[in-house]
Amino acid sequence: MDTYYHPKDLARFAEMGEEAPELWRKFLEWYNAVFREGALTEREKALIALGVAHAVQCPYCIDAYTTTCLEKGSTPEQMTEAVHVAAAIRGGASLVHGVQMRSHVDKLSM
Amino acid sequence: MALLTLANSRHPLADTATQRATLAALPLARSFEDAAASAGHDPLRTSAIQILQINVGKRCNQACHHCHVDAGPDRTEVMTPEVADACLRFLESSDIPTVDITGGAPELHPLFRDIVRRARAAGRHVMDRCNLTITRLPNYADLPEFLAEYRVEVIASLPSFSERQTNAQRGDGVFADSIAALRRFNELGYGTDGSGLLLHLVTNPVGAFLPGAQAALEADWKRELQRRFGVRFNRLYTITNMPISRFLQFLSDSGNLQAYMDRLVASFNPAAVEGLMCRTTLSVGWDGRLYDCDFNQMLDLGTANGAPQTIFDATPESLASRRIVIGPHCFGCTAGAGSSCGGATTT
Repeated sequence: MDTYYHPKDLARFAEMGEEAPELWRKFLEWYNAVFREGALTEREKALIALGVAHAVQCPYCIDAYTTTCLEKGSTPEQMTEAVHVAAAIRGGASLVHGVQMRSHVDKLSM
Repeated sequence: MALLTLANSRHPLADTATQRATLAALPLARSFEDAAASAGHDPLRTSAIQILQINVGKRCNQACHHCHVDAGPDRTEVMTPEVADACLRFLESSDIPTVDITGGAPELHPLFRDIVRRARAAGRHVMDRCNLTITRLPNYADLPEFLAEYRVEVIASLPSFSERQTNAQRGDGVFADSIAALRRFNELGYGTDGSGLLLHLVTNPVGAFLPGAQAALEADWKRELQRRFGVRFNRLYTITNMPISRFLQFLSDSGNLQAYMDRLVASFNPAAVEGLMCRTTLSVGWDGRLYDCDFNQMLDLGTANGAPQTIFDATPESLASRRIVIGPHCFGCTAGAGSSCGGATTT
């Protein structure tokens, strides 16, 4: 079945460097540095990545960071909580825009 | 209820030749022989034997989903007194410093305590690969005291500090019994720095993925087990699941086999070859046959290339610098930080 997303396409990610090798090199260097242990552990960073993957609804990132979280030693309970954090921020972000709606209602209304 | 073993459910993968053929049929990016050669080990050979690993049989009170031994309550293969005696005579004739007793649940063997006593009397360090729940069975409740008396290093299996994950791999109720067992070991001084009573935990991933960084996980585990259950231990060993027996069945049934093997091959770490446990271990099966490691034992890949085949024929000299029998499964021990019965093999 033809779809926009193909699981095997994740392995082709590096093709994004073929027309722009220097940009790809800089991206990878930065990306790898971001996920190295620093003030946060690699496990904590993977949990953040998992939450963000859900917020941006990237299926490649969800698969990749589910595996990474498990390999870094996170439990399914911890991973589920991370997704709930992402979902709560997404939901809250929608809701807080209701204030903009209310402001515009006030502006237009008598 | 215990999972039926492959052997007793007459599963095709109960046949080790079928397991070997299944692995050999997978298209992999390179052979292990080539990979080891690229790391300067052409061919891969042993160095001095540091560990005599005695597998006393396949009987176990558990039947874990990932078990590479295909052990379980319904297995009947156990080491005879003659083979156990030959193992100990071989040990006493050598300067091998460490004995590693495994199974199955090795403590179920009627001669387990005699083997421990004799190995300790010979001045050797003894390790017991303990599934923890064995100590909760009425006939084995005094096992922790016995192990403490003989200063046996306990290497205990616990895949996760999450109850659900542990039970998913090892069976319902295993987590609660394991925590109770760990608390008993702690009461005896196991896991306390300076006590001399070593309690190490082994974690295998609960699924088709690689283990995490051992040192980072150890810190998490120490914090969480202390916080949640008041349990302490010395070291955490991360061990990669091997594509053998019931884990091979899981990989095959779940459609993960090719991807898992590709992952192992892609994660080959040349630095992990030097510390491969097969290079310093001699593994003895319940029937006295010799192997380069416990994984080869479960694939029926005995010592070869001119080395003795049984413990009755073995001398330390005749096993020195032997050529190791290898296969695709060996990528499990060289992936990432490396893996062995003592955890990661690189830092």
